[in-house]
Amino acid sequence: MPRKGILVNRPYERLTREQVELIHQTSMQILTDPGLISFNREAVDIFHSHGAEVKSIAGDHQSWQVKIPEQLVSKALDTAPKTVKLGARNPDNTLIMHGDEPRVYLITGSETNIWLDVDFSIYINKADATKEIRVPEFKPRRGTVDDLCQSAHVCEHLEMVDGYIRTVNIQDRDITQENKDVNKFFASLNNNTKHFMSGLTSLKQLDNVVRMAELIAGGKKALEDNPIISFITCLVKSPLQFVEDTTDTFIKVCRRGLPIVVSSSPQAGTTAPIKEAGIIAQINAEVLAGITLGQLVRPGTPVLYGSVPVRARMDTLGDSYGSVETSQYNIDCVQMARFYRLPNYSTSGVCDPKIPGQQSSIERLFSDIVVTMSGPQFLHCAFGLLDCNSIFCLLQAVLDDAHFKMIEFFLRQPQIDQPELEAMLKQMQEVVATPQKLYIAHIRPVLRSGEISGVYPFEGTGEADDVFELAYERMKELLARPVEHIDRETTNRIFEEIPGILPRLNIYENRS
Amino acid sequence: MPEDIINLIQESVIQGRITKADEGMDEGMVGQPGVTELVERALASDLSIKDIIAKGLSGGMNTVGQKFEAGEYFIPDMLASAEAVSAAMDMLQPRLAASDIKTKGTIIVATVKDDLHDIGKNIVSILLRGAGYTVKDLGNNVNTQAIVDAVREEKPQFLGLSALLTSTMARMAEVIQMLEQNGLREQVKIIIGGAPVSEEFARGIGADGYGADGFQAVAVVDALASSTEN
Repeated sequence: MPRKGILVNRPYERLTREQVELIHQTSMQILTDPGLISFNREAVDIFHSHGAEVKSIAGDHQSWQVKIPEQLVSKALDTAPKTVKLGARNPDNTLIMHGDEPRVYLITGSETNIWLDVDFSIYINKADATKEIRVPEFKPRRGTVDDLCQSAHVCEHLEMVDGYIRTVNIQDRDITQENKDVNKFFASLNNNTKHFMSGLTSLKQLDNVVRMAELIAGGKKALEDNPIISFITCLVKSPLQFVEDTTDTFIKVCRRGLPIVVSSSPQAGTTAPIKEAGIIAQINAEVLAGITLGQLVRPGTPVLYGSVPVRARMDTLGDSYGSVETSQYNIDCVQMARFYRLPNYSTSGVCDPKIPGQQSSIERLFSDIVVTMSGPQFLHCAFGLLDCNSIFCLLQAVLDDAHFKMIEFFLRQPQIDQPELEAMLKQMQEVVATPQKLYIAHIRPVLRSGEISGVYPFEGTGEADDVFELAYERMKELLARPVEHIDRETTNRIFEEIPGILPRLNIYENRS
Repeated sequence: MPEDIINLIQESVIQGRITKADEGMDEGMVGQPGVTELVERALASDLSIKDIIAKGLSGGMNTVGQKFEAGEYFIPDMLASAEAVSAAMDMLQPRLAASDIKTKGTIIVATVKDDLHDIGKNIVSILLRGAGYTVKDLGNNVNTQAIVDAVREEKPQFLGLSALLTSTMARMAEVIQMLEQNGLREQVKIIIGGAPVSEEFARGIGADGYGADGFQAVAVVDALASSTEN
């Protein structure tokens, strides 16, 4: 049984059908003029062998202009699967995504460099020493493997998290460019039984991480049937450039037949036009270019239409994920992916402030609600992320989970049909005939059925705002719960066959 | 056997079931006797009214109160239990009048003149009945003279006044003044409630108590009842 996700009844759409088709047509024009600049030779050869016009560009780097004709894109859109399965260590955590069904799965990520610890200090009122309050204090530090294990552990128990993208970059002294991939894959998979998606730090580690996944899934065929891992690559750098190394990774992953996200993240104002029409037409062209390459490499490769558009901040020209336009762009892209009937990877919940607080709650909740309402299949909703995607805070992830529970409740299907209305009419007739005319007695049958939304789970008593303290208690409670680790025999095989995994991550060796 | 019936009455109150047709908190209760059928059975078995009230009904309500405090029960659960007790008390009323058992007292409740809001007043009435008081509800938009007349005629121990509007809360003071003018103020304890009023306002107009919600209202009336006995 796959996870149920959030099935959006009537997805929110910004664009008319005519606007969607206009964007598609403009994207097709973009793909031929100006086309894409490729810094990856193999991609150029693949496009060229399928009839695309390619031309070397003079300069310091080896680069080519690639003009992708519409028929190549159309063919790719035909062969790209309209349903993508993302497997999981626990089969109950499988994600089935249909491109034309607005069922939203909520996923963590992405990788941050900073881990934010939280502790509480007592502050005493200067004017009245009997009055004291506990205030959260946040301390940033560089993320470690242990942090990644903790994050995966808590996200395993967060009810609304459907899949896991690592939340923190591991920067321990014994982590190198060469062993980073195997350690981040093992730390995540060993502490979380949900689907795991990741990028690669070093393409040399692709064989090792795929072999690790095969061992966990039960073999090569078992991994094909139950792809417990998938990949994400930003092969296109905006505007309209195939990057050398990530395109290389993309091609190699496609050859493996494992699911992959074709992701593009243009910034309106700097790497894409500031106008909505411009950034959407460009990102659509960039994603379609990647999808086309993937299908040329291996027709039928399961791909997600990955769109992470963002608007630039006007004061720094950095990313402003908290801006309202960013949500609009994301919603537009969800519609474009649905137009092609491809599962969509979208983004919400990324916010600008550096610590949890009112701004982070408002910014992330705003985009979480509206983007979820648009019905992307794979919503990278930035559980716990702060300062765009620079800081991760477990406490914030716990808060986000509660907020998504509210969104899930809001988006439930309305139960309005003839029998229900007849029952309500009967209820009204009964109640109006009573002296007190109250419906309270009719609450009880639904009180514990899940039909009534609960109070905010971190509501304090009296006038105190205890949200952070209560969420912190919840976080500790989740950390205290056990997780289902990879079994001893498989763990031993992984450590025997896959070089570079830190011995301290072998829980069986450390226990004995 | 008598103890069994008392226990069943207690359980029925905890489940908030008036008759056998009612659902309770737990599944599979429909068809089993509710509090009214059980009280009938208890009376037929010659169980004392005192035991039925003190051990059965009040015992059940005490457990309900504990469950509410623990967060296990919500207000609709409390009200269902209170209504079950109220239904049982209605059945016992004729026998109570003929016995020497002292009831907890009578309270007249009303929403004051020009105020049509009565949800809060109705909830308080249910809870007071559940707590064993006899409640006479005059309704809403009740003019001041009618309230004073009811106090004169019914001679209740308590008067509960409710208002939801800042424009009608002043009527409460009018009621108290008119009771004083008619020499009736000393014979009745007055509590007030409603969104715009407060403890401070209650003191200011000369009321005896203020209930911020239905449960506090019952607690205040209980406290006033104890102080009167003492």
